[in-house]
Order: sequence, then C-alpha cells, then structure tokens
Amino acid sequence: MDLSELDLGAAQAAIAAADTVDELADLRKRFLGKKGAVNRAKESIKTLDPAERPKVGQAVNAFTTGVTEALEGREAEIAPPGSAEPPLDLTLGSHGRRRGHLHLVTQCQRELEDVFVSLGYRVAEGPEVEDDWHNFEALNFPVGHPARAMQDTLYVDLGEPEQVMLRTHTSPVQIRLMETQPPPIYSVMPGRTYRNETVDARHSAVFHQIEGLAVDRGLTFGDLAGTLETFTSAYFGKKVTSRLLPSYFPFTEPSAEFAITCVFCDAAGCRVCSYTGWIELGGCGMVDPNVFLAVGIDPEEYTGFAFGFGLERMPMLRYGVEPIKTFFDNDSRFLSRY
Amino acid sequence: MRVPLSWLTDFVTLDADARTIAEALDRLGLEVEALDAPGAEIIGVKVARILAVRPHPNADKLQLCDIEFGDGTTTVVCGAPNVVDGMVVAYAPSGATLPGGFTLEQRKIRGELSDGMLCSSRELGLGDEHDGILALSTDSELGLDVRDVLGLHDVVFDLSITPNRSDAMSVAGVARDLAAHFGVPFTVPVPSVDVSGDADDITVVVDAVDRAPRFTARRVGVTMGPSPEWMQRRLTLAGMRPISNVVDVTNYVMLELGQPSHAFDLDRLRGPGLVVRLANDGETLTTLDDVERKLLPTDLLICDADRRPQAIAGIMGGAEAEVHDGTTGIVLEVAYFAPMGISKTSKRLGLRSEASARFERGVDPNGVLRASDRVVELLAEVASAPAGPPAIDEYPAPIERERIRVRPARVGAVLGLELDGAQVRDALRPIEIEIEETGEEDTFVAIAPTFRPDLTREIDIVEEVGRRVGLDSIPRTLPHTTEQGGGLTPRQRARRLVADVLVGLGLSEAYTLPLISEGDVTRVGLSLDATVRATNSLSAEEPILRPAILPGLLKSAAHNAGQGITDLAFFELGHVFGAPPKKQLLPDERDHLVVLLTGMVRRGPVEADRPVDVYDATDVLHAVVDALQLSRVETRSDDHPGFIAGRAASIVVDHAVIGAVGEIDPGVLDAFGAPGSAVGFELHLDPLLAGERRDPAFTPLSRYPAAAMDLAFVLDESVPAAAVLATVRKAGGDLLEDARVFDEFRSDALGAGRRSLAIALRFRAPDRTLKDTELTAVWQACIDAVIKAHDAELRS
Repeated sequence: MDLSELDLGAAQAAIAAADTVDELADLRKRFLGKKGAVNRAKESIKTLDPAERPKVGQAVNAFTTGVTEALEGREAEIAPPGSAEPPLDLTLGSHGRRRGHLHLVTQCQRELEDVFVSLGYRVAEGPEVEDDWHNFEALNFPVGHPARAMQDTLYVDLGEPEQVMLRTHTSPVQIRLMETQPPPIYSVMPGRTYRNETVDARHSAVFHQIEGLAVDRGLTFGDLAGTLETFTSAYFGKKVTSRLLPSYFPFTEPSAEFAITCVFCDAAGCRVCSYTGWIELGGCGMVDPNVFLAVGIDPEEYTGFAFGFGLERMPMLRYGVEPIKTFFDNDSRFLSRY
Repeated sequence: MRVPLSWLTDFVTLDADARTIAEALDRLGLEVEALDAPGAEIIGVKVARILAVRPHPNADKLQLCDIEFGDGTTTVVCGAPNVVDGMVVAYAPSGATLPGGFTLEQRKIRGELSDGMLCSSRELGLGDEHDGILALSTDSELGLDVRDVLGLHDVVFDLSITPNRSDAMSVAGVARDLAAHFGVPFTVPVPSVDVSGDADDITVVVDAVDRAPRFTARRVGVTMGPSPEWMQRRLTLAGMRPISNVVDVTNYVMLELGQPSHAFDLDRLRGPGLVVRLANDGETLTTLDDVERKLLPTDLLICDADRRPQAIAGIMGGAEAEVHDGTTGIVLEVAYFAPMGISKTSKRLGLRSEASARFERGVDPNGVLRASDRVVELLAEVASAPAGPPAIDEYPAPIERERIRVRPARVGAVLGLELDGAQVRDALRPIEIEIEETGEEDTFVAIAPTFRPDLTREIDIVEEVGRRVGLDSIPRTLPHTTEQGGGLTPRQRARRLVADVLVGLGLSEAYTLPLISEGDVTRVGLSLDATVRATNSLSAEEPILRPAILPGLLKSAAHNAGQGITDLAFFELGHVFGAPPKKQLLPDERDHLVVLLTGMVRRGPVEADRPVDVYDATDVLHAVVDALQLSRVETRSDDHPGFIAGRAASIVVDHAVIGAVGEIDPGVLDAFGAPGSAVGFELHLDPLLAGERRDPAFTPLSRYPAAAMDLAFVLDESVPAAAVLATVRKAGGDLLEDARVFDEFRSDALGAGRRSLAIALRFRAPDRTLKDTELTAVWQACIDAVIKAHDAELRS
C-alpha cells in the first residue's frame, strides 16, 4: 500500500502554516475525515498479509496521534478554547460525585484515639457480649453488690441465667488486657456498650464509650489528673480546665467524676451546664487493688488508673446533637452534615 | 437524698451561703444534683386574718370571707369548709404567683367578686392537703410574706449518694462531712428518754442471727394524730409525705440518723412480741402497699409472737399490723440487718423502699439503740408517749470497728502528694476515724467508725485522705511512659483505611442498632437457628443480636425513604453475633463490612442519571481490595439469600467464601419498606484483612513504548469475563501489561446464549521496544488460548 500519504512531517508543516479556523477544518477533513488519508490507509490494511498488519497498523496510529495533536495545538493558538463557544456554566451542577462521611461517633473516636496514641497509648478492643467475670466480678462488683444495680444489664440467653450479658461498659476490656499483657499497660478502649434503659432524648440502650487504662510502677492520682487535663485541652482547647470530684465506682479507688468548664459559655453558666459552669464528662480513679488481685497483678508493686466516658456525649456537647437516637437513625441529612 | 439546709444546722453551724455549701458537698463526693428553693415560686402571698365568714348569696357550698392583711381589708370567695372567724391564713391577692407559675387575678365567682384567694397546703406546694385552707399560727404578723412564717426561705440540697456512702443517707451524716470540711464542731445530741417498767414485757426471738445481727424492740404507748407542722414541713422538704405522728417520727429519724425503724400496732400482733425468722417456701405476706408477696426461704421476716409474718425485714411492713387512727400502743423495732440479704430480697421482689436503700448499703449496727431512743424521745413530744420500758437488745456478737493498718507514705505515693504522717492523721480525725499508734514511725492503725462500712482497707483510707485534702488540690503530673510506644495495630490501621476509601468513594458510614427483630432476620432470608438473643430487653420485639448488618441498613434505607431520600450510599463496620463455638460460653462474634447503594446514580445534568447496578457494588468492593493490596480476591457467580438469583456472587478470598455481593431482591426491599433498587455486599472483615497481599517489591518502570490492541470474542454466556481475562493474562505473560473488558454485546446474529466480549490489551517489554514479530506472536497466543479454553470464536 501507499504510505506516502501518511508523512507526518509534511502534515505537521501544513497544519503549522494554516492561519484560520476554516483552513484547519479543511486539513482535519483531509487527514482525519471520512475519506481522509487515515481511513484510506485503514481500508488498505485489510488487503495486507496478516503478518504485516501490526506494523502498518502502528504506523497509522502514530500518524493519527501526531496529526490530532498538531491540529489541536494550532487550534488553540488561533482560537483559544472557549473563545468561540459560549462559556460553560460552572454552577450548572456536576457529575454528581460526592465524598461520603464517617459517622460522627467514629470521627470522635478517632480524634480521641489519636490524642492518646500521641501520649504513648495503644488501642485495645474486646467482645460486646461478655461473661459475668469480665463485666462485673473481676471489676470488683461481687454478686448482690448494690453497685450492680447502677447499671441495667441486658442479659443474653447463653450459659446460666445472668451469666452472659451485653457489656454494660468498656471496662471488661481492661480485664482482658491485664489478663494477657504484663505491665506496663497504657491503652484506650473504645467500643459499643449496652444498657437496658428506657430510651429518651439523652439515653439510648446502645451507646459508645472510650475507656483508658494505665498500669505501671509508681502511677499516682496526680498522673491521672494530669493525663485527663492533657487530653481535655488537646480535644477541647487550652481554654478548658478540668476538675475532679470524689465519686464511687467499684473498680477504682479513689474514684472521681471529671468535669470540664462549660465549652458553651466559658464557665459563665448556661442552659447546657445547668448554670453550674461545669460539664461532667465521665468517671475515673486509681485501679482498685481487688481488680489487680483478680488479674494476678501485685497491687504493692504496681498502681494504675482508669477513666472512661461516653462517645456520643462529645458531639452532643460540641454540636448540640439531640436526641441521641439521631446517631442510630442514619438519616442521610445527618450523616452528610458532619 | 434531699437535705434541707435548716435541718443540717441542727448539727453544725454553717457560716456560708447555699452555693458555697453546695460546692463543698460536690467536693466531698456528695454530688448536688439540684439546689431547690421551694419558696421561690410563692410570690406575693401574705398572712391575713379572717374577720367574718358570710354565706355566698348564689351558692350553697361557697362562702364570702372578709379578711384583713395588715395594710388593708378585702373580700374573697372561698369553698373550703374549715374557714372560721379569726383564722389566720395564707392570702394570695391578685398579682400573686403560686407554684406552677399560676398568677392570681380578680374574678367574679357566681356573681360575687373575689379579690384573690385563700390557699391550701397543696396550692402552696407544701403537701397534698387540699380539704381545707392552711391554718397559720394565730400570732403570725398580718401582711408578712408567708414564706417568712412557713420557713420557706429554706433551700434543699438534692444529693446523689453513691452506694458506698451509707452514712450520707442521713442529714447528720451529711452534716458530719460538712463540719469536717469547714473545720467547725459537729454534734448529734444524745436523746433523753424516760424509762419505766421492765424490758421483758414483750418477747423477742431472733432465729436468723446472721441475717439480723442486732435486733431491738420496745413497747411504746402513743396517742395517734397528725405530726406537728415543723416535722411535716421537714419531711415534705425531704421528699416524704406526712402520714401520722407515729409514722412520721420513724421516717424523721430515718432521714435524720439514717436508721430505719418500724412501728407495729401492738394490739394487732398475735402475742406481744416479735420473732425474726426466714420465710417458709411459698409463704405469703400482704405488704403496706396492699400487694401480696410470695416469699422464699432466703427472705427474712419479722413475725409476731405467734410467728405469723408481719413485715419483710428491712424492706416493708405488713398491712395487718399497720398503725392506724385507733392505735394506742406500738412495738417499735429498730435493727441492723445484713446488707446482702436485704439487697437480694428487695431485688427479687422488685420492692425498693427508703428503708431497704439504707439497709442494703449498711446502717450503723452500733447506732441502733440511739436511734430507738430518738424515736421514743420524739414520740414523747409529738404522740404523748409516756415513759415506757427500755428496749430489748438482741446483739449476741457486737460488730467491732474495723482496724486498718495505714502507711502514710503509701497514702502520699498513691495520691501523688507530699504528705507527712501528721497530715494524714489530721485528715482522718474530723470524720471520726480514730488513730492508734503502733510505735512504728511509718505505720499507724486507723479505727473506722461502724457507720462507715466502706472503710476496711488501706486504699479506703487513701480515698478518705484524698477527699479531705481535695482531689483537685493534687498537683497534676504525667506518667513517664518510656517502655511502650503508642500506636494503632496493623488491623486497626487497615480498618481505618477501608473506611477512608469508602468515604472517598462517596459512601457514608451508618451505625445501626445491633438488636433487631426476628422478622428482620428472616426477611433477608437468614435463619434464626444460630442466633443469640437478649432475655430481658425493654424493647421486647427486638431481642436478636444481629447475625448480619444488612437488615439494619435496609431499615435505615426505609427511614430515609420516609424522609423522601432514596439515593443512598451507606457502609457499616460492626460486630455480628452467632451461636458460641463448641465448648465456649460467649457467642461467635465477628466484624462485618456491609455496603448498601440504593436508588439512582445521579450524573445530571451533563450525563444521564441511571439506577444503581451490581457493578457499582463490585467497583466499591474492588476499590477496598485494591486499597488493602490483596492479591487473591475474586467474585464467583452464586446465589445468596437476600439477593436476586443470577445477580449475585460469592466474594472469595484465598479460596474461601467470605461474603456475597449483588443486587438486593425487590421482595426483600419491599418487606423492609425500602423502595427502588439496591445493590451491595456483606462480608466477614477479618479474612479480608488477613488476605494474601500483592508482592510490594518495586519493578523498574519500562521506558519502552507500549503497543495497544483490541480483541473481540464470541463466547458462551456461561463463561465469566474474569475467566477470559485470566486466560488472556496467562497467555500474554510478562509482555501483557494490562487487559480489560471494554464492551459486552449480544445480538441475534451471535446466537442465543452467546455474547461478544471486547478486550483492550496493552503490551510492553521491560528492556526493549517490542518487535513486530514478538507482538504478533503474543497477540496470537492470547487469541488461541481463549479460543481453546472457552470454546470462543474471534470476532473480526
């Protein structure tokens, strides 16, 4: 076949010499049009010996590419894009591609995990269905202990009655951790927790907590207070201060509730903080020696502290999300809001 | 526990305002949930005297009262039967406000103008009494604000008492902590009781000593009637309803000292005496609330001398021997019951009372007699109780105070405070912890009072010292964590990566509830056989611990459809539950990843919208697989419950099926109320995360040109495209850089059950420009392999 028509150098020269849009259109027709050089060459390929076809095919492709680029380049020089056509309306819309959103609780969980990871903590997890030992007994809640009544437990139809339950807190992960890892331990434990509660604006039978545990030689209540302060100022900002008030949890002693200055009114007093200037975040304390004994850690050699709080509460405080059910309805308007 | 400030000041002199005291209570661990000022809502109500009561001309049951109120007189209409000339009353003129935000105005009642009203107790928020107008003391000064006369300027601290602090379930206990905090004296006066007669004029038999380590009883003569206004007011402020002088006194002492007691009508007991014994199986007792209680041998009873049950010990009295208007004598029982037993019975019966709340935390065994005396002292004052016999006191094994070895250095070491021995000792004495020296410099013995059963170990003393010095005053430090580095595990990082990739693809993360209904499970075609369920859920219709997440997401799709939103792209990462593996107690609990896409893919206005299809789902799957750099994940056409037959595939990782992808059965969507079309997948996350990875070693990028070619084959519908591609890749060997299907085509000409697949190939050699002959050879090899392996024809 005659490949002389496919002289790319000549074609490029002709294109470069063109001065008007009309001239370029003629050249385009000559090379790439229905009866142009390229199509004619393609027709002729069919007549060739199959062994030669690939080589010729490549030559045709190379010519096509070269000519197309030259045409577009020259077109852009003579008539920059958009100059002839009406401008595109960029407010028209899009191809509809949108990013998705992490659930607000996941976002909060990650933020907190990252704060603690930067303090040298690891992240530990455990099952949501627990046995009595891990959820209560090893945490110093003996059978019949009134503190068990502080948590309305959802039991599961496995084992003896009331032996297996949906965990009422993330604290059983503390036990699992201490049973399997010798100190030092610095870990946070996020997870889903369950209570047999009547659902209202602020309470849900299903919610999430994050819990922290540190076990080492010489840890003090002052270390606990300092850790919580570091966390609260990392998460809520330097303006926020925290305070610790005595409380009671079976698995810690001394125990405390920790609160931060209200982030809505800068502690001046408002509806959210019930005009106290303080917002309660969670519970904490020094690991009770009975807990250490349950997992075989010597309470004379090691001390430890633990703290925990609700994950939903953070965005509820930050953004005023309410009711708590909103987190589980998965309303697309909510999910894509954050 | 509601504690009126005025009551606290019986035991301690507090020179601080209510807010300061509330703050102190918080710092002591006696959390103030609310600070109530009951009089705050009574505005403008004055003391007035009735000058004359005249009949209402138009109504038999109404009267006109002419009243004077210091600086004026007026007339009000009143319907209460108890108004008489000279009575001093609470008058709410027009403009005054009553509890509940009700503001008075002048109005005509049956044609007569009433200038405000006279108030009952209930209208002032002071109690339930509504039969008559509240009578004030006749020497009250007219025109005064009634709050001054009724003591309503009091404030009430509503405290949340933690389960360890039984002592703080009393006004005196709270006062003790406050006195220590403010450094002022604290005293509980010793009751003064006139005693006459012999102790053994009634009988007391305690069969179950371990359940009732201390039991006292005494006979007291009483004259029934209402209790005095001051007592009623305190009880009301503390949240209890006044009933009668005798009952009110027992409640009053319970609130004051934390020791419950019970008064039995002497005449209604069979035999003047009490027996404490365990219940017989099947025995019943009707309690004060008129409910018949079935009892078990683990329940402790107080019986009369005939051994007939008259009370469930420590929890609630029986109806039979309840004191009543005609009671003239009582047997007063004051005891210490073992906390665990009370807790068990109370929990089993679902019966909680003010008494049981105190007994199950532990009352002071050594304060029992003082409480008994205090009841008698008050009965003498308010129920004309004459001098009577002393109490019979069954206390065979007195409970000793706990002796705790304390190392002051350890106290400081746990708290993180520099404390010397003297500071530790000084912190403990004001809360009645006695210090006994051992002779050793670094140790002493702390003797805990028996009203603090929570103090048994050194760590309990550490906590007390922490409370006394103030947890907030401990210097804040950080641990020195050098031995372990922080961070996420590879699995945790991989899970975050999966979520991030999905978010980038436009999917939003959902959190659905893990407790679902039986119907939710069966509607997606899953079996209930291996499911685990909650036994006592308040939401009884949703007891199943989800075996899959898809039902939850379909419910969320239905929720959104209800809000008019049908185009959804959701994913969820969460636990699912199955029956426990052999010999294990806990369920088979694993992480699932679920993706659900519904409705339309919106591409307008530039491109056309279209419904989601299975390839949207497989795209998402492949993106996840690629992000995890997995090398051996494939989809294999297969039917799966919940998906349309012929539009579903198994997800196979390292030859194991870990889930399914496909188009959701419209019947399933319909059953959940989710509209339109939906596609997605659900898979078991861990085998995916553990799947074999691609070799990450770097291969130098070829600098030589690529050769692109297209091929089209006609083959049987049953041949999966993936199989054709695999054949091509194998045949293409190292020279084949990329191969993908770019067109699928069916026509009559191709024949039924046949289709055409067009494949784009890109060849390249690492070290040279491919020669024509090489290219032709490898191209032909690809063609031949497909024709041979899949009974295909090359389409020209």
